[in-house]
Amino acid sequence: MKRKSPSKSQAKATSVSRRTFTAGLGAVGFTAGIAPFNIVRAQGAALKVGVLLPRSGFQAGIGQDCQRGVDIAAGLLKDMGMPNLQIMNGDTETSVDVARSRAEKLIGEGAQVLVGAFDSGQSSAIAQVAEQKGIPYVINIAAAPPITEQGYKFVFRNFPTAPMILGDAFANQKEIFATTGSAPKTAVFLHVNDTFGTAMKGGIGAVMPKFDMPYKIVETIAYDPAARDLSVEISKAKATGAEAMIVVSRLNDAILLTRELVKQRWSPMAILSMGPGWYEDQYIKTLGKLSDGPLSFVPWYDPNKPLSKTLEAALAKAHPGVSLNTNHVYTFEALLVAADAFKRAGSTDPKALADAIRATNITNNVSPGPGIMFNAKGQNDKLKLSAIQNRGGKLVTVAPKVAANAKVEWPLKPYDKRA
Amino acid sequence: MPFDVYLNVAVGGLLTGLVYGLMALGLSVIFGVVRVVNFAHGEVMTIAMYLAIVLFSALHLDPLIMLVPIAAVLFCFGYALQAGIINPFITRAEHMQFLLLVAIAIIIINVLLILFGPDAQSVQTSYSYDSFQIGKLIVDATKLYAAGAALAVALALYGFFQFTTIGTAIRACADNYTGALVVGLDVKHLYALTFGLGTACVGAAGVMLVLIVDVTPSLGPAYTLLAFVIVITGGLGSMPGALLGGVLIGLTEAMAGLIFTPSAKSMFAFAILVLVLLFRPQGIMGKKAA
Repeated sequence: MKRKSPSKSQAKATSVSRRTFTAGLGAVGFTAGIAPFNIVRAQGAALKVGVLLPRSGFQAGIGQDCQRGVDIAAGLLKDMGMPNLQIMNGDTETSVDVARSRAEKLIGEGAQVLVGAFDSGQSSAIAQVAEQKGIPYVINIAAAPPITEQGYKFVFRNFPTAPMILGDAFANQKEIFATTGSAPKTAVFLHVNDTFGTAMKGGIGAVMPKFDMPYKIVETIAYDPAARDLSVEISKAKATGAEAMIVVSRLNDAILLTRELVKQRWSPMAILSMGPGWYEDQYIKTLGKLSDGPLSFVPWYDPNKPLSKTLEAALAKAHPGVSLNTNHVYTFEALLVAADAFKRAGSTDPKALADAIRATNITNNVSPGPGIMFNAKGQNDKLKLSAIQNRGGKLVTVAPKVAANAKVEWPLKPYDKRA
Repeated sequence: MPFDVYLNVAVGGLLTGLVYGLMALGLSVIFGVVRVVNFAHGEVMTIAMYLAIVLFSALHLDPLIMLVPIAAVLFCFGYALQAGIINPFITRAEHMQFLLLVAIAIIIINVLLILFGPDAQSVQTSYSYDSFQIGKLIVDATKLYAAGAALAVALALYGFFQFTTIGTAIRACADNYTGALVVGLDVKHLYALTFGLGTACVGAAGVMLVLIVDVTPSLGPAYTLLAFVIVITGGLGSMPGALLGGVLIGLTEAMAGLIFTPSAKSMFAFAILVLVLLFRPQGIMGKKAA
């Protein structure tokens, strides 16, 4: 029987040619083939986090220290079941302008969340860019209050503001004065004249009267954080005859101030620091025995929380000899906030991420207080501070009593009496 | 405020100013002869500072003892830099010289950053924390030693230019470039020699400054700017002017910090610069352009 073949027109109208069939098969196969991969990619894709830190310039020491918190985060977050983060590094060069341009550059390169930048001035600039571009920004360290007072929707801060720092600092100081039965009657206040230092100066004026402190600030001395020589500042402070020295400083200037105290033969009753510098590893290593004694009232970590121990162990493994401090803790927690939000949002959409960050409720954390949660302004207002003291190259917590692991050494041992 | 506070601060400012002066002297010498403004001056100084730190940390060699050897190394560096890279630019437009030296400065900063990292480093000698007390006057020992060494180096440099044949030849080059060529002087060699001397000078200043300040790779630009302020105040190309400018800026910064506010130290230094530019553009000890 002879098979009847269709006419050409019929074939065109009804049949599927070999070429069409192959193309269709290919398309189906391609669609079917990549669909599962798409799902896998969405599930395994990393969140691109732009980490902005002062890795060079005069804040480089602290910026590099914050970087240690970034270095140890990947392993810890993985152990906590958090999604992967793809870290995109940016160097602010300790400059507000560079911080702004680097933030724009990172967003342009695909950063979905920004983290950083240790310094209030630089963080303010990044916050403006993040808000303008609609990219969530989690501040690791910066205390100037205005950053979270602008009504920003994409800016979050897991770090106390200047008034929060001062409130806890004064409370802890009073506890120490009560414990030792001794308190200075006068103090000289030295502070860096950057955004943070100026905010702290303003905060002291506003917060101190509420605490009925036993001392009076006899003089306030502002200085350049990039100063190379602080001999004049110490001469001026010494000339006031104040019993204690209150400082809001950075790292390099804290070292310079200490050297000048020794050279100018002045040992105040106490050095009360309300900022970084005096507890940093580099401060302790550079000054050795001369680093002992200063009291720092700082956002610290709760040594009793399980994650603190894990973080401490991870840091000890990655950077032997480096003690866990504020820089590592709050940089790690900023990344934790980003990872946790990404996990809950299940998306890299900036608005979804911002909404997820706003709803953060992390109780398994490192910093003191009930955990990480943000108020309507994007501020974690539940953080608590500790008073720590440099002792034999280590840091001990001396207040508040609930978190203390040592008694305060009071007054400051005179520098000329140290071996 | 008691008088002794003013005295202490003034003495500290004077001593620091002398070291600043030596640093600026190098810049002034180079410009006075080669007519090239070294925009990498502060960065070259940081090389010397790091050399001092490496020698101290590795071999415990005191920076003051290593002053001459490090200055000699910097001399070779400056000589090679001038002879190999800068010399072809001497007859080119000033903006090209500027770009070349800024490029050299950036390269130096980044190489130091790669080699030493961004952390501040310092030298802790046995006398790092010493001070001398004379009545109520407390003098920082390191500043005193550094200022003494700065004066000695400046005097040696002055003696070299005034009393040696090579020094006279260099001055001849500075006075009349064409004339120097006509009488057969090897100007290229003399220029390289001068640039070497200038870098040796700033190297010596760096070795002394490392006793006073901590060093980071990014320290250079601030000192380049400071050197410019000093030499413009003292008179570009004038050796005594550079020392005087250094002392003046050191004293002004110290006293302004004490009397007004430490934050305004630099402001007053720049105010002096503006006044000099307004009323004596050639600098306090500079010569008027013919």
